[in-house]
Amino acid sequence: MRQGSTSDEAYWKANLSLIRNILIIWALVSFGFGIILRPLLSGIAIGGTDLGFWFAQQGSIIIFIILIFYYAFRMNAIDRKFGAEE
Amino acid sequence: MTTQTLIYLVVGATFALYIGIAIWARAGTTGEFYAAGRGVHPVMNGMATAADWMSAASFISMAGLIAFVGYDNSTYLMGWTGGYVLLACLLAPYLRKFGKYTVPEFIGDRFYSQSARIIAVICLIVASVTYVIGQMTGVGVTFARFLQVESSTGLYIGAAIVFAYAVLGGMKGITYTQVAQYVVLITAYTIPAIFISLHLTDTVLPPLGLFADSTHSGTPLLVELDGLITDLGFASYTGHHTNTLNMVLFTMSLMIGTAGLPHVIIRFFTVPKVADARWSAGWALVFIAILYLTAPAVGAMARFNLVNTIQTGEVGSPEGNLAYADVPTWFTTWEQTGLIKWEDKNEDGRIQFYNDKNTAFETQAEAWGWRGNELTVNADILVLANPEIAALPGWVIALVAAGGLAAALSTAAGLLLAISSAISHDLIKGTINPNISEGGELMAARVSMAAAIAVATYLGLNPPGFAAQTVALAFGLAAASIFPALMMGIFFKRINNVGASLGMLAGLLFTVIYIFVYKGWFFLPGTSQFPDTAEYWVFGISPLSIGTVGAIVNFVVAYFVSQATQEPPQEIQDLVESIRVPRGAGAAIDH
Repeated sequence: MRQGSTSDEAYWKANLSLIRNILIIWALVSFGFGIILRPLLSGIAIGGTDLGFWFAQQGSIIIFIILIFYYAFRMNAIDRKFGAEE
Repeated sequence: MTTQTLIYLVVGATFALYIGIAIWARAGTTGEFYAAGRGVHPVMNGMATAADWMSAASFISMAGLIAFVGYDNSTYLMGWTGGYVLLACLLAPYLRKFGKYTVPEFIGDRFYSQSARIIAVICLIVASVTYVIGQMTGVGVTFARFLQVESSTGLYIGAAIVFAYAVLGGMKGITYTQVAQYVVLITAYTIPAIFISLHLTDTVLPPLGLFADSTHSGTPLLVELDGLITDLGFASYTGHHTNTLNMVLFTMSLMIGTAGLPHVIIRFFTVPKVADARWSAGWALVFIAILYLTAPAVGAMARFNLVNTIQTGEVGSPEGNLAYADVPTWFTTWEQTGLIKWEDKNEDGRIQFYNDKNTAFETQAEAWGWRGNELTVNADILVLANPEIAALPGWVIALVAAGGLAAALSTAAGLLLAISSAISHDLIKGTINPNISEGGELMAARVSMAAAIAVATYLGLNPPGFAAQTVALAFGLAAASIFPALMMGIFFKRINNVGASLGMLAGLLFTVIYIFVYKGWFFLPGTSQFPDTAEYWVFGISPLSIGTVGAIVNFVVAYFVSQATQEPPQEIQDLVESIRVPRGAGAAIDH
């Protein structure tokens, strides 16, 4: 049974826009700062190397963790707002 | 107590613990066998997922991969963690809502196609079987080195342990054993790392030690390391020396491959609620990150230690290199295993360890009387020999042995469950005999598990020649076929049976053919079209990185074929609507 189709649509839209933002940051810290944009960040020194190296070996992993918990936390709020929770 | 006795005690104790869990967590229903009754706490599931995911390769080889290459192999660090972000927002919650037991089952139902389900089963079995071979050989090697038994005997003991908890307990037994295995492996990994970090940088936490000043010179560790190795003709540790496009595509392949590996996905079927699947992905990454943040520090520090051990004085001066007569004991112990090899090319009785492939450095080296690099070091040794290199007590060495076994066994069990549930649930219940009773299916699941263990043990004893290439194949298949099919099934309602099946086939064939062209057809030696080196790769894309392109091929084919053929029926569109919303997911079964 489908219930409240319009609110389900709005719920899905809210989810998609959250996912879009999460994935932009996900790509920026890994492919961006960690690889492609590393030359741009080479001026910022950190512990004997540059910020890009830090993002590639540590920063991206830490930010991935934050992103998942942020997603889980925001989705709980979105679930409640649209009455989509279990 | 001797180190050897300690190793027997520690490994024996962990095995007794796993057997104890097997007896306690027996599975009574198919729901318990396939999905642990969906009653696993999200934090516990996170821990089990971490053990499931971190294989013998993560435990033993990762630090070495980073150590000998440096920055350019950061791809492994980002790739093998970034996939969890994709799992958390693109796959895990919706597949949990779908509420069935296997990955091919979702693909078959969503694309209302038995052939799509069979393609998924084939991908799953090929990816998981190739992967499991590495775990079984890892068990054998660890036994042979640390417990001084024949590699094959070690393999039988390991297989018997997995048999006990996987056949009796299914997912339920595996889950709680994996939690215990995680604790063992992470303790074993971090303790030696902390000692080494304290020794080299005076910093307790290895990830901070990586960016700290060296106690040796007072300059940052990475600066000193770069100087040390470039003086010997090696490429700098922190520099970027490879093709950027290939690095991006390889990282992406590892990420979507991770998200598409069935043995990881099914772990998220075990939590009580959709919201728990999201939290659980976060916890899994926390537990994985403890190892993945430690590994690059271990890598840099171990490389530093190794080079300093050999190059004791000024580079080029005759006394600058360690005399073989003075090597530490760990050096000779590991020489016996063949993981360290020394050949005195210039017959001066001293060890020269440098980059003899560097033509700019060659004249200089010859002027010093060096006649080629004399030392070969297997990358795996950096973790296995770490406690000995750092002169740590015997119980730490024992712990590393138990940790290596825990990493291999936990991953093997997860893979075996993915394989056996695909056989009993997708092939037997789903295709051959749909009317099989609950008890009959449970028995079929146990028999499939036992058979899968027997096959894995056989392949572990007689690894096919291509075993070393299997990671490329497993990740390529998962990235190019399973991940796109699952994602389209959830996010694109318009993708139909024909589109999904042809998309999977196209992605799969494209990827497999690209790998075979460089690695040999079916990995048979001598059948490759081109040498597997950068100058022959199309746009510099290595066969390891091709999964990303295969995934794009899959998406494009599925999209256009679906546009050209009939829209999916209404009940399928309703199914997609329903998996998108958590409301109404099946209730948990408590245990």
